[in-house]
Amino acid sequence: MTTLNELYQEIILDHYRQPRGRGELEPPKITQEGFNPSCGDEVILDLRARDGRIEDIRFRGRGCSISQASASMLTEAMQGKTLDEARALIQQVLALVKGEAEGDLDTLGDIAALAGVRHFPVRVKCATLAWHALDEALEQLG
Amino acid sequence: MTTTFTLDAREIRRQFPFFQPHSEMRSVVYLDNAATTQKPYAVIEAVSNFWAHHNANVHRGGHGAGAKASELYEAARARVAQFLNAREPAEIVFTRGTTEAINLVASSWGEAFVKAGDEIIVTEMEHHANLLPWMRLAEKQGAHLKVWRITDDGRLNLDDLERLLTERTRLVAVSHISNVLGTVNPVAAICQRAHAAGALCLVDAAQSVAHLPVDVRATDCDFLAFSGHKAYGPTGIGVLYAKRALLEATPPYHVGGGMVQIVRWDRLVWAEPPAKFEAGTPPIGEAVGLHAALDFIDAIGRDAIERYERELTAYALERLQEVPDLRLHGPIPDRAGIFAFSLGEIHPHDIATVLDTRDVAIRSGLHCAHPLGERLGGATARASLAIYNDTQHIDALIDALHEARRIFGRV
Ligand SMILES: Cc1ncc(COP(=O)(O)O)c(C=O)c1O
Repeated sequence: MTTLNELYQEIILDHYRQPRGRGELEPPKITQEGFNPSCGDEVILDLRARDGRIEDIRFRGRGCSISQASASMLTEAMQGKTLDEARALIQQVLALVKGEAEGDLDTLGDIAALAGVRHFPVRVKCATLAWHALDEALEQLG
Repeated sequence: MTTTFTLDAREIRRQFPFFQPHSEMRSVVYLDNAATTQKPYAVIEAVSNFWAHHNANVHRGGHGAGAKASELYEAARARVAQFLNAREPAEIVFTRGTTEAINLVASSWGEAFVKAGDEIIVTEMEHHANLLPWMRLAEKQGAHLKVWRITDDGRLNLDDLERLLTERTRLVAVSHISNVLGTVNPVAAICQRAHAAGALCLVDAAQSVAHLPVDVRATDCDFLAFSGHKAYGPTGIGVLYAKRALLEATPPYHVGGGMVQIVRWDRLVWAEPPAKFEAGTPPIGEAVGLHAALDFIDAIGRDAIERYERELTAYALERLQEVPDLRLHGPIPDRAGIFAFSLGEIHPHDIATVLDTRDVAIRSGLHCAHPLGERLGGATARASLAIYNDTQHIDALIDALHEARRIFGRV
């Protein structure tokens, strides 16, 4: 696979074209915005947690295929996760896109496709935008 | 295409290490010249020669090396004055770049002369460098910031300016060439209208000095700013031109060494301009490099550069318009060689990545002009030309854009 095909895998383009988890939640919710001022990529996460679990999570935003596909994958992967599982997954994904991932990628499902980003340092910020936003949202939860 | 070209860009590229066979970058089709240009040998050698053989501080030590460094620094100032057709070298203040030059005017001139209720006019197409200093000044002074909107094809309409100007207007701040739209603004006419209303005019020439003749007297601008690094020169050096009387009336910017005549506990007397605005050790080697860059530009000739870049721009416009779904912003065909565009629904960041894998270097994003980006509907991809580009580079860009459409075909 060329690095370009590895970046723009069908799974990524599919999440970009048909984003999962797009939308807003009704209150009560936590909203966290992620914004990249240099390129204008934007992801807004709506999150509702109950009993230490993510009960529902949605995203809005606009931006490049990587930032939006990554947000779509995030909402899919995070449904029903405990807050600790969510934190661990965030760390795993951040390592993955920086090319520092270890161990088994199979458990990651679609998200494993984000590994192609590691060849494109300028795109790491796009891939991590939603994940950093979620990290901040979880901090709001305490 | 039947265009004939009046200049051989291959000859120009020979003067740049970036394009040589041993360069790591040799295969790069460099179309990000609005961000910064590559540097010719002449500039790199002038800078390195200064550090190697003439390094000393200016206007200081009682030794020959210091005198030589001062001489080179002041020669650079005189060269800039001649390049801009200023009346005298004292109208040239060295800064770190366009951004610092405009901040200097906004802070020092602005806080002294812009009062509550006064007005400043900025255009909708300004780079943040010529926008944020005025927004901050307006806020600080209680002045009004008025926005001169662009037309749908990315131009400024002088009648709109007439409607904005009042007797409270102190300044019109406008770029000579837009770093996004490529619009070449009629700065002389704008200055004239501003003056007729009793206002001053500041021209941001960051995108123009390397591409067409700039004459501060013909333009009759009150302030003009540019950066060395966008004109084949080093980073860390820029120029503020201002009319002598304005520099005299304006209080200093930074204060410290080199900008003062008398310092007593009970008395301060500033130095005369331009020294008054150059506190601390200036960028001496960078000024020497800028001198060499202006020599490089004038050796080709600014009329010749403008003519060739216009020919290449015409070629680029024709080829860009062949690409399906490509939407080009800014005026057509009368514009400079800066092309911001979108391509169907493909995000500009994705365009830039596909192009990058094909060694075509462009920029994507909001280009430090967020309000303009908002008007254009978000981020754009931007290709920008310089004197060493040619039709092969444009062709490589077009091929890569087709590749992007292929990859994202169904988006
Ligand atoms: C129109 C315009 N003004 C100002 C600037 C700022 O220049 P610098 O970053 O060199 O200060 C730029 C370049 O980024 C520009 O394109």
